[in-house]
Amino acid sequence: MSMDGAGVLKRTLTEDEAAILDAWNASLQGGTSLQSGRIRMAELQTQAKAVFSQLRNAIVSGGLDADGEHFVPLRESLADISRSRAIQGFTPTDTANFVFSLKEPIFEALRRMSAADDSGFAASVLAAGKILDRLGLQTMEVFLASREEVIGRQGQEIAELSTPVVRLWDGILALPLIGTLDSARTGVVMENLLQAIVDEEAEIAIIDITGVPTVDTLVAQHLLKTVAAARLMGADCIVSGIRPQIAQTMVHLGVELNVVSKATLADAFAVALRRTGRKIVRQQTASTEERR
Amino acid sequence: MTKAETLPIRSGDDVVRVRQRVRTLCIEIGLGLVDQTKFVTAASELARNTLDYGGGGDVRAEVVQTGTRKGLRLTFEDEGPGIADIEQALTDHFTSGGGLGLGLGGAKRLSNEFHIESTPGVGTRVTVVRWK
Repeated sequence: MSMDGAGVLKRTLTEDEAAILDAWNASLQGGTSLQSGRIRMAELQTQAKAVFSQLRNAIVSGGLDADGEHFVPLRESLADISRSRAIQGFTPTDTANFVFSLKEPIFEALRRMSAADDSGFAASVLAAGKILDRLGLQTMEVFLASREEVIGRQGQEIAELSTPVVRLWDGILALPLIGTLDSARTGVVMENLLQAIVDEEAEIAIIDITGVPTVDTLVAQHLLKTVAAARLMGADCIVSGIRPQIAQTMVHLGVELNVVSKATLADAFAVALRRTGRKIVRQQTASTEERR
Repeated sequence: MTKAETLPIRSGDDVVRVRQRVRTLCIEIGLGLVDQTKFVTAASELARNTLDYGGGGDVRAEVVQTGTRKGLRLTFEDEGPGIADIEQALTDHFTSGGGLGLGLGGAKRLSNEFHIESTPGVGTRVTVVRWK
């Protein structure tokens, strides 16, 4: 009597566990994950053993639906494994291969088990292939999601890092802007600047846009809003770092920045010092020493 | 000889990508720094209009050549609500959103050729060309 695919698969996984695990470990040992040195063989073997026993339990007790509730523990531990691999910097291939390399050992064992029963063998291979493909895909999904999480976090860090407010002198702040000014970043910029104006009791804030590659109407609008908010807080703004090509483009666009603007940060700083009643003078003694 | 490519405009990041691609193409056809900046800014305005008012769309970028003259043609297309009164939309400081109302008119001033067609309820197509 020939058995159905599920029956063959259940029996194989229960009775041939040692052989399958040995073959899987051998295949993992030859894989590229180990060569990268990011994981040790012992750890890999522990993971393989845990995953295999969960797979066997799921199939024996729950059947062949990889999305079913009996597969929950297995899916969770696979998710943990691929999440930690994403963070450790494994390649997608290495991560997916962890699951896919189990295929060959299981297919081999199924062949041994079914012997002459061709239809049972075919059905069980199909069933096992389906489950492992589903699990492999799920591993990749978690892997990608973890990577995206890392990228998202980096994006936030960049947004915070790239908007420092620098104190140039008593009451004079500088805000060097770098990169694209979108609505989200303008929010961070404005918040940082306004808080710094309060903390430093600043009278003048210099917004330097040397590092902003394109100034279109949206960027101009964001700048104007920031300047208006700073004014309400009692600080005057100077915009510096407007390059010649940006100036020409802004004139064509028809944008009027009704703020004091200077070509360079140095010019803007000089204006700020003058307005706060300070002057930079060359030290007399130093220059006479040089002349000698 | 023409070379064409289509870029999607579906998010704010796409607007940045359009800008970067247009800048590269401007450099390829040999535009100077001022002209590059002008056309990139025009592209930025139009891409943002496509996104904000058109609900997203595509831009087709083509390097065109007539005789010895080389240029870059950008066609922005969306299937949004369309513009009922184009004359009014091109007026400076007119905006139906929260912007400065300078984008469309500004893009016209920053390009050599400007063409807009829009059908309310069907969509909008804006074509701009910058010659070297």
